[in-house]
Amino acid sequence: MPRLQTTAELETLRAEILAARDPAKPCIAVCGGAACDGLDSAAVASAFAAEIEKQGVAAKVDFRVTGCHGYCNKGPNVLVGPDDVCYFEVKPEDVADVVAGAVKGEVVDRLVYHDPASGEKAVHMSEVPFYKHQMRILTGDIPRIDPTRIEDYLAVGGYSALAKALSKMSSDQVLQEVKKANLRGRGGGGFPAGLKWETTKNAPEKTKYVIVNGHEGESAAFMDRAMLTGNPHRVLEGLIIGAYAIGAQQGYIYTRHDSPSMAKHVTTALEQAKELGLLGKNILGSGFDFEVELHFDVGIFVSGESSALMRSIEGNAPEPRPKYIRTSVSGIWDKPSNLNNVETWANVPEIINRGADWYTSIGSEKSKGTKLVSLSGHVVNSGVVEVPMGTPLRTIVFDIGGGVPEGRAPKAIHFGGAMGGSIPIDMIDAPLDFDGMSKLGAPIGAGGLLVMDEDTDMIEMARYLLDFLVKESCGKCTPCREGMYQMLKILTNIIEGKGRKFDLERLADLTEVTSLGSLCALGKTSSDPLKSMLRYFKPEFEARIAAGSEAK
Amino acid sequence: MNDAIVQITLQIDGKEATVPAGTTVLKAAQQIGVAIPTLCHHPKLEDYGGCRLCLVEVESRGRTNYVVSCLYPVENGLVVRTRSEKVDKVRRVIIEELMAHAPDAPELVRLAYEYGADRNRFEKEAAFCVMCGLCVRYCDEVKQKHAVGFIDNGHAREISFIPEIAATECWSCQECFAICPTSYAQAAYLMTEALAFPGRRKKESAPRDAAVERLADIPAVPMTFVKRPPASEPELAK
Repeated sequence: MPRLQTTAELETLRAEILAARDPAKPCIAVCGGAACDGLDSAAVASAFAAEIEKQGVAAKVDFRVTGCHGYCNKGPNVLVGPDDVCYFEVKPEDVADVVAGAVKGEVVDRLVYHDPASGEKAVHMSEVPFYKHQMRILTGDIPRIDPTRIEDYLAVGGYSALAKALSKMSSDQVLQEVKKANLRGRGGGGFPAGLKWETTKNAPEKTKYVIVNGHEGESAAFMDRAMLTGNPHRVLEGLIIGAYAIGAQQGYIYTRHDSPSMAKHVTTALEQAKELGLLGKNILGSGFDFEVELHFDVGIFVSGESSALMRSIEGNAPEPRPKYIRTSVSGIWDKPSNLNNVETWANVPEIINRGADWYTSIGSEKSKGTKLVSLSGHVVNSGVVEVPMGTPLRTIVFDIGGGVPEGRAPKAIHFGGAMGGSIPIDMIDAPLDFDGMSKLGAPIGAGGLLVMDEDTDMIEMARYLLDFLVKESCGKCTPCREGMYQMLKILTNIIEGKGRKFDLERLADLTEVTSLGSLCALGKTSSDPLKSMLRYFKPEFEARIAAGSEAK
Repeated sequence: MNDAIVQITLQIDGKEATVPAGTTVLKAAQQIGVAIPTLCHHPKLEDYGGCRLCLVEVESRGRTNYVVSCLYPVENGLVVRTRSEKVDKVRRVIIEELMAHAPDAPELVRLAYEYGADRNRFEKEAAFCVMCGLCVRYCDEVKQKHAVGFIDNGHAREISFIPEIAATECWSCQECFAICPTSYAQAAYLMTEALAFPGRRKKESAPRDAAVERLADIPAVPMTFVKRPPASEPELAK
């Protein structure tokens, strides 16, 4: 493809792509997300390709492999457009019927959603309970595009926000729009992205960097991977817009070394964007130059911590640095570096395209827009969920998640992954909101929501999370390295019936000192899960310690 | 940038200190004679912030925060408290955590006495190293030999001499032994020596005198005898 010189040329290319496509033509989209891939959706995909060939219907039906559709435990997922018929648990032997149905405009009844209680059918995406309570602003396009084809992204309006920003807005206007939208960082803290951008923009150094944090290293968090693998161009578009607003010349996408499809899709996206002139010198004739490099982690959780991540990009061991001077002022090679999470960047094109007023109409008073949630644990429907901020947890767990399987009662909700917190189920009407959830002791954090049923042992849960963190700590500072290790030993003793009466007092000291004294955010928040469990489930700990002493 | 050195005035434990901008709170405190305990800090080495013993309470623009003084840069009007209930508690627990590994390290014994730390609070796992990184950083930054490094991460982290480098560099240096607060650097080196180039110690005596001479300007860890504080709780069951 020729390099685009102006925004008008981009629009011409888009018009050409759309003209060559018939919106009424059926399209079969097979999910190639991580969960479906694990269920061998690749075999289903190749069966589709062969079947379309065999029936000779290539002219009548399109076919593509896409990123994650969202409904992970019902995979392999297949979606048939144009009216979004959802098929679940599709096997290679079902493929012939699906192709024939798509050509004739008929639905294959046995593969659609049936309500487990009533047996009632739900055919279209808008009717399936898992999807119908969601608002899929960021993830909605994923089933519509092949992540390795930039044409597909352009066909759904891709890079129009970049064109708008570069041709119609000054860098200050872009920044003001993001500030007005009150976009808050999705990586954990919920810090206003616009303010962070402004700090980097105003820092005196001329060389500035922008970075996508796509590390997402903890258990039960998989939505950033779904986003970046399923629609890499959207994240990239957000990054380019951010770089323009901030005045950065170089960007980095920092991600995991162990996700081959993500690496492939991002690499391809960067190549295609460069070929079209959406990266490089004089982007779309605006005079703005920007390059992006893909960088992989070294396989340790703390790499995702901002200062450790920047050390890693420099080529050093990913050890956190104290942030008494913020990374937005002094980051990679001591240059101002603005780091935002995958999901934060993915929000940017929408804010520029539809405006801050539209964006702030979604969400709660202080948390705007939608939030991606990785829903898992003891829940009927698990997967990647996108809901407006402020949605009650009840909607996520029951309406979308379908409640706890086999009629068991829910006991607790754990939010925020390994450094999050657990709250008892009677708080389920709490809204999903940065400040509200923090106050309850279960900060949104990375966005992993884990449902736990009545049989869950909270002490074992705390022990499991600490076991993970002990292994992932870098070991530089004492409170994180030693404190967590001692907490883990005490919890293990309690579980093995060797608890002592002063254990709770020791745990209280350890959690307090670890949060106060640790060097980086990993250490400072590492004891949050245990703190929340001691706050809401203390009697369980006391009973277990007492039972242990009686047994002696 | 302006070449004139900007002076910053702050308050440490009620005393006023005026120091150049960019100075750390620890240095400012040392200049006016306020003692803050440290373990991983060394005047010849880059500030590290690993042991967290030098944690202090700072008050700036009405907000109280806990920071490590060896890294925190001074600001005008900053109010620093080097002792408070919380600061003392953090120090006490850190000492207790480290004493699980090095219960008899003189510096820890002295600090335990000062902060009322119980050397038996946590189950003993005598590894002797407190991960202050002094040996590693001294070898990197001062000697630039990189003969000793950290391996592994988290609680599994340990120091290790690299035999290939140690064989040629360490014999005539051995300067890290003196700055190690627990003598573990020496133990780790002797282990490497015994495994990687055995027999040398029998044939020639190590040139320790020369090393000691070179070390004259390195402040050694105080080796004063301190009475052990009484243990409050019995040794924990295994």
